[in-house]
Amino acid sequence: MNPWRREGELIVTEMERQEAAVLRAMVSQVNDMLLARSDEAPQDELAELTGIRTGPSTSPDDPILSRLLPDFHRLDDDNPTKEALDSAAALRSLHEPALLEQKTGVAAIVLETCPPEGGQVRLDMEQADAWLSALNDVRLALGTALDVDDDMPDELPDDDPRSGHLPVYHWLTLVQEELVHALSAA
Amino acid sequence: MTTPVELGSTHGAELGAEDKPWQTIVWNDPVNLMSYVTYVFQKLFGYSRDKATKLMLDVHHKGKAVVSSGDKDKVEADVARLHAAGLWATMERDS
Repeated sequence: MNPWRREGELIVTEMERQEAAVLRAMVSQVNDMLLARSDEAPQDELAELTGIRTGPSTSPDDPILSRLLPDFHRLDDDNPTKEALDSAAALRSLHEPALLEQKTGVAAIVLETCPPEGGQVRLDMEQADAWLSALNDVRLALGTALDVDDDMPDELPDDDPRSGHLPVYHWLTLVQEELVHALSAA
Repeated sequence: MTTPVELGSTHGAELGAEDKPWQTIVWNDPVNLMSYVTYVFQKLFGYSRDKATKLMLDVHHKGKAVVSSGDKDKVEADVARLHAAGLWATMERDS
Protein backbone atom coordinates (compact mmCIF):
# COMPACT_ATOMS: atom_id res chain seq x y z
CA MET A 1 0.00 0.00 0.00
CA ASN A 2 1.39 3.37 -1.03
CA PRO A 3 0.72 6.18 1.42
CA TRP A 4 -2.08 8.65 0.75
CA ARG A 5 -0.86 12.14 -0.11
CA ARG A 6 -2.39 15.56 -0.64
CA GLU A 7 -2.46 17.08 -4.12
CA GLY A 8 -4.15 20.42 -3.69
CA GLU A 9 -7.75 19.65 -2.81
CA LEU A 10 -7.37 15.96 -3.55
CA ILE A 11 -6.20 12.91 -1.61
CA VAL A 12 -4.25 10.59 -3.85
CA THR A 13 -2.68 7.15 -3.74
CA GLU A 14 -1.71 4.32 -6.06
CA MET A 15 -3.06 0.82 -5.65
CA GLU A 16 -1.66 -2.39 -7.02
CA ARG A 17 -3.99 -4.44 -9.21
CA GLN A 18 -4.27 -7.08 -6.48
CA GLU A 19 -5.01 -4.48 -3.79
CA ALA A 20 -7.75 -2.89 -5.87
CA ALA A 21 -9.26 -6.32 -6.59
CA VAL A 22 -9.33 -7.29 -2.92
CA LEU A 23 -10.80 -3.96 -1.82
CA ARG A 24 -13.47 -3.98 -4.53
CA ALA A 25 -14.44 -7.58 -3.77
CA MET A 26 -14.77 -6.85 -0.05
CA VAL A 27 -16.77 -3.66 -0.58
CA SER A 28 -19.04 -5.39 -3.12
CA GLN A 29 -19.70 -8.26 -0.79
CA VAL A 30 -20.70 -6.03 2.12
CA ASN A 31 -22.76 -3.93 -0.28
CA ASP A 32 -24.62 -7.04 -1.45
CA MET A 33 -25.43 -7.97 2.15
CA LEU A 34 -26.80 -4.46 2.78
CA LEU A 35 -28.85 -4.51 -0.43
CA ALA A 36 -30.32 -7.90 0.52
CA ARG A 37 -31.34 -6.42 3.85
CA SER A 38 -32.96 -3.47 2.04
CA ASP A 39 -34.98 -5.90 -0.05
CA GLU A 40 -36.37 -7.47 3.11
CA ALA A 41 -37.93 -4.19 4.22
CA PRO A 42 -41.69 -4.32 4.45
CA GLN A 43 -43.42 -2.92 1.37
CA ASP A 44 -46.82 -1.37 1.59
CA GLU A 45 -48.88 0.92 -0.57
CA LEU A 46 -49.18 3.58 2.09
CA ALA A 47 -45.39 3.87 2.35
CA GLU A 48 -45.14 4.23 -1.41
CA LEU A 49 -47.84 6.87 -1.33
CA THR A 50 -46.33 8.94 1.46
CA GLY A 51 -42.69 8.29 0.64
CA ILE A 52 -42.12 7.47 4.30
CA ARG A 53 -40.16 4.26 4.19
CA THR A 54 -40.40 1.75 6.96
CA GLY A 55 -37.58 -0.64 7.77
CA PRO A 56 -37.69 -3.89 9.72
CA SER A 57 -38.27 -3.49 13.45
CA THR A 58 -35.90 -6.24 14.56
CA SER A 59 -32.12 -6.55 14.43
CA PRO A 60 -30.73 -8.78 11.66
CA ASP A 61 -29.98 -12.37 12.73
CA ASP A 62 -26.68 -12.24 10.91
CA PRO A 63 -23.96 -10.99 13.29
CA ILE A 64 -22.23 -8.96 10.56
CA LEU A 65 -25.39 -7.11 9.53
CA SER A 66 -26.31 -6.72 13.16
CA ARG A 67 -22.99 -4.95 13.81
CA LEU A 68 -23.38 -2.71 10.75
CA LEU A 69 -26.96 -1.82 11.73
CA PRO A 70 -26.91 -1.44 15.53
CA ASP A 71 -29.92 -0.99 17.82
CA PHE A 72 -30.59 2.50 19.20
CA HIS A 73 -30.64 1.17 22.77
CA ARG A 74 -28.53 -1.41 24.61
CA LEU A 75 -30.73 -4.49 24.63
CA ASP A 76 -28.13 -7.09 25.56
CA ASP A 77 -28.59 -6.64 29.30
CA ASP A 78 -30.28 -9.51 31.10
CA ASN A 79 -33.65 -7.84 31.13
CA PRO A 80 -34.31 -5.04 28.68
CA THR A 81 -37.54 -3.25 29.58
CA LYS A 82 -40.55 -3.46 27.30
CA GLU A 83 -40.23 0.28 26.83
CA ALA A 84 -36.62 -0.09 25.59
CA LEU A 85 -37.56 -2.96 23.29
CA ASP A 86 -40.50 -1.07 21.80
CA SER A 87 -38.50 2.11 21.39
CA ALA A 88 -35.57 0.28 19.75
CA ALA A 89 -37.98 -1.43 17.34
CA ALA A 90 -39.61 1.87 16.41
CA LEU A 91 -36.28 3.68 15.97
CA ARG A 92 -34.83 0.88 13.82
CA SER A 93 -37.90 0.87 11.64
CA LEU A 94 -37.69 4.63 11.24
CA HIS A 95 -33.93 4.99 10.63
CA GLU A 96 -32.72 1.77 9.02
CA PRO A 97 -33.76 2.62 5.44
CA ALA A 98 -31.67 5.81 5.49
CA LEU A 99 -28.74 4.05 7.15
CA LEU A 100 -28.76 1.34 4.49
CA GLU A 101 -28.87 4.01 1.82
CA GLN A 102 -25.86 5.80 3.34
CA LYS A 103 -23.85 2.59 3.63
CA THR A 104 -24.60 1.42 0.09
CA GLY A 105 -23.92 4.99 -1.06
CA VAL A 106 -20.36 5.06 0.31
CA ALA A 107 -19.74 1.56 -1.08
CA ALA A 108 -20.82 2.81 -4.53
CA ILE A 109 -18.35 5.72 -4.30
CA VAL A 110 -15.47 3.31 -3.59
CA LEU A 111 -16.49 1.12 -6.52
CA GLU A 112 -16.65 4.19 -8.77
CA THR A 113 -13.31 5.64 -7.73
CA CYS A 114 -11.15 2.54 -7.22
CA PRO A 115 -9.98 1.42 -10.68
CA PRO A 116 -10.60 -2.34 -11.16
CA GLU A 117 -7.14 -2.76 -12.71
CA GLY A 118 -5.42 -0.79 -9.96
CA GLY A 119 -3.61 2.48 -10.53
CA GLN A 120 -4.14 5.96 -9.22
CA VAL A 121 -6.99 6.77 -6.85
CA ARG A 122 -7.89 10.48 -6.71
CA LEU A 123 -10.47 11.56 -4.17
CA ASP A 124 -12.01 14.88 -3.23
CA MET A 125 -12.73 15.38 0.48
CA GLU A 126 -16.28 14.07 0.24
CA GLN A 127 -15.16 10.95 -1.60
CA ALA A 128 -12.34 10.46 0.91
CA ASP A 129 -14.86 10.54 3.77
CA ALA A 130 -16.99 8.01 1.88
CA TRP A 131 -13.90 5.78 1.59
CA LEU A 132 -13.30 6.05 5.33
CA SER A 133 -16.88 4.98 6.10
CA ALA A 134 -16.82 2.17 3.55
CA LEU A 135 -13.42 0.92 4.74
CA ASN A 136 -14.76 0.97 8.27
CA ASP A 137 -17.86 -1.03 7.27
CA VAL A 138 -15.69 -3.63 5.55
CA ARG A 139 -13.40 -3.86 8.59
CA LEU A 140 -16.42 -4.22 10.89
CA ALA A 141 -17.75 -7.01 8.68
CA LEU A 142 -14.44 -8.85 8.44
CA GLY A 143 -13.61 -8.15 12.11
CA THR A 144 -16.95 -9.67 13.13
CA ALA A 145 -16.43 -12.70 10.86
CA LEU A 146 -12.90 -13.21 12.22
CA ASP A 147 -14.05 -12.62 15.79
CA VAL A 148 -11.42 -9.92 16.25
CA ASP A 149 -10.89 -8.78 19.83
CA ASP A 150 -8.50 -6.40 21.56
CA ASP A 151 -5.87 -9.12 21.87
CA MET A 152 -5.87 -10.20 18.23
CA PRO A 153 -2.26 -11.10 17.32
CA ASP A 154 -0.64 -9.95 14.09
CA GLU A 155 -0.58 -13.52 12.91
CA LEU A 156 -2.60 -16.59 13.82
CA PRO A 157 -1.25 -20.16 13.92
CA ASP A 158 -1.43 -21.89 10.52
CA ASP A 159 -4.01 -24.36 11.77
CA ASP A 160 -6.42 -21.57 12.66
CA PRO A 161 -8.99 -21.36 9.84
CA ARG A 162 -8.89 -17.56 10.12
CA SER A 163 -5.14 -17.29 9.57
CA GLY A 164 -5.38 -16.79 5.80
CA HIS A 165 -7.90 -13.95 6.10
CA LEU A 166 -6.26 -11.97 8.87
CA PRO A 167 -3.68 -10.28 6.61
CA VAL A 168 -6.54 -8.78 4.56
CA TYR A 169 -8.01 -7.34 7.74
CA HIS A 170 -4.65 -5.87 8.79
CA TRP A 171 -4.15 -4.43 5.31
CA LEU A 172 -7.59 -2.76 5.37
CA THR A 173 -6.69 -1.35 8.79
CA LEU A 174 -3.53 0.16 7.35
CA VAL A 175 -5.37 1.69 4.38
CA GLN A 176 -7.94 3.26 6.70
CA GLU A 177 -5.40 4.44 9.27
CA GLU A 178 -3.31 6.17 6.61
CA LEU A 179 -6.38 7.77 5.06
CA VAL A 180 -7.44 9.14 8.47
CA HIS A 181 -3.99 10.64 8.89
CA ALA A 182 -4.01 12.19 5.43
CA LEU A 183 -7.42 13.73 6.13
CA SER A 184 -6.53 14.86 9.66
CA ALA A 185 -3.51 16.70 8.30
CA ALA A 186 -5.82 18.64 5.99
CA MET B 1 -45.39 -3.54 18.18
CA THR B 2 -44.79 0.17 18.10
CA THR B 3 -44.65 1.71 14.67
CA PRO B 4 -42.81 4.78 13.40
CA VAL B 5 -46.18 6.42 12.76
CA GLU B 6 -47.05 6.19 16.45
CA LEU B 7 -43.58 7.40 17.38
CA GLY B 8 -43.95 10.37 15.09
CA SER B 9 -47.29 11.26 16.61
CA THR B 10 -45.76 11.62 20.06
CA HIS B 11 -42.95 13.92 18.97
CA GLY B 12 -44.67 17.20 19.65
CA ALA B 13 -46.26 16.08 22.87
CA GLU B 14 -43.34 14.86 24.96
CA LEU B 15 -43.78 16.21 28.43
CA GLY B 16 -42.78 15.24 31.93
CA ALA B 17 -40.42 12.31 32.05
CA GLU B 18 -40.18 12.30 28.25
CA ASP B 19 -38.76 15.78 28.44
CA LYS B 20 -35.60 14.77 30.30
CA PRO B 21 -32.40 15.20 28.36
CA TRP B 22 -31.09 12.21 26.48
CA GLN B 23 -27.50 11.08 26.12
CA THR B 24 -25.63 9.66 23.15
CA ILE B 25 -23.31 6.87 24.26
CA VAL B 26 -20.47 5.39 22.24
CA TRP B 27 -19.28 1.92 23.28
CA ASN B 28 -15.83 0.43 22.92
CA ASP B 29 -15.36 -2.07 20.14
CA PRO B 30 -12.24 -3.93 19.07
CA VAL B 31 -12.38 -2.96 15.38
CA ASN B 32 -12.77 0.80 15.24
CA LEU B 33 -9.46 2.64 15.07
CA MET B 34 -8.62 5.19 17.75
CA SER B 35 -7.60 7.72 15.09
CA TYR B 36 -10.83 7.17 13.16
CA VAL B 37 -13.06 7.51 16.24
CA THR B 38 -11.33 10.81 17.11
CA TYR B 39 -11.78 12.00 13.52
CA VAL B 40 -15.50 11.13 13.58
CA PHE B 41 -16.09 13.01 16.86
CA GLN B 42 -14.39 16.09 15.42
CA LYS B 43 -16.23 15.91 12.16
CA LEU B 44 -19.74 15.10 13.39
CA PHE B 45 -19.80 17.26 16.51
CA GLY B 46 -17.28 19.96 15.67
CA TYR B 47 -15.25 19.09 18.77
CA SER B 48 -11.64 20.23 19.13
CA ARG B 49 -8.99 17.59 18.61
CA ASP B 50 -8.30 17.63 22.38
CA LYS B 51 -11.93 17.07 23.32
CA ALA B 52 -12.42 14.42 20.64
CA THR B 53 -9.25 12.62 21.76
CA LYS B 54 -10.35 12.68 25.41
CA LEU B 55 -13.75 11.19 24.53
CA MET B 56 -12.11 8.54 22.36
CA LEU B 57 -9.77 7.60 25.24
CA ASP B 58 -12.77 7.39 27.60
CA VAL B 59 -14.45 4.98 25.18
CA HIS B 60 -11.23 2.98 24.90
CA HIS B 61 -10.35 2.79 28.61
CA LYS B 62 -13.75 2.97 30.35
CA GLY B 63 -15.70 1.05 27.73
CA LYS B 64 -18.03 3.91 26.89
CA ALA B 65 -18.44 7.67 26.86
CA VAL B 66 -21.28 10.16 26.65
CA VAL B 67 -20.47 12.09 23.49
CA SER B 68 -23.49 14.38 23.21
CA SER B 69 -26.77 15.12 24.97
CA GLY B 70 -29.96 17.03 24.43
CA ASP B 71 -33.58 16.44 23.55
CA LYS B 72 -34.67 13.14 22.09
CA ASP B 73 -34.72 14.28 18.46
CA LYS B 74 -31.18 15.67 18.61
CA VAL B 75 -29.73 12.58 20.28
CA GLU B 76 -31.62 10.28 17.93
CA ALA B 77 -30.09 12.14 14.98
CA ASP B 78 -26.61 11.95 16.56
CA VAL B 79 -26.92 8.18 17.06
CA ALA B 80 -28.04 7.80 13.43
CA ARG B 81 -25.00 9.75 12.21
CA LEU B 82 -22.65 7.69 14.39
CA HIS B 83 -24.18 4.49 13.00
CA ALA B 84 -23.53 5.77 9.48
CA ALA B 85 -19.88 6.26 10.49
CA GLY B 86 -19.80 2.70 11.84
CA LEU B 87 -19.48 3.53 15.52
CA TRP B 88 -21.41 1.53 18.09
CA ALA B 89 -23.71 4.17 19.55
CA THR B 90 -26.89 4.00 21.60
CA MET B 91 -29.10 6.52 23.37
CA GLU B 92 -30.53 6.58 26.86
CA ARG B 93 -32.42 8.97 29.04
CA ASP B 94 -30.26 10.87 31.51
CA SER B 95 -30.86 9.45 34.95
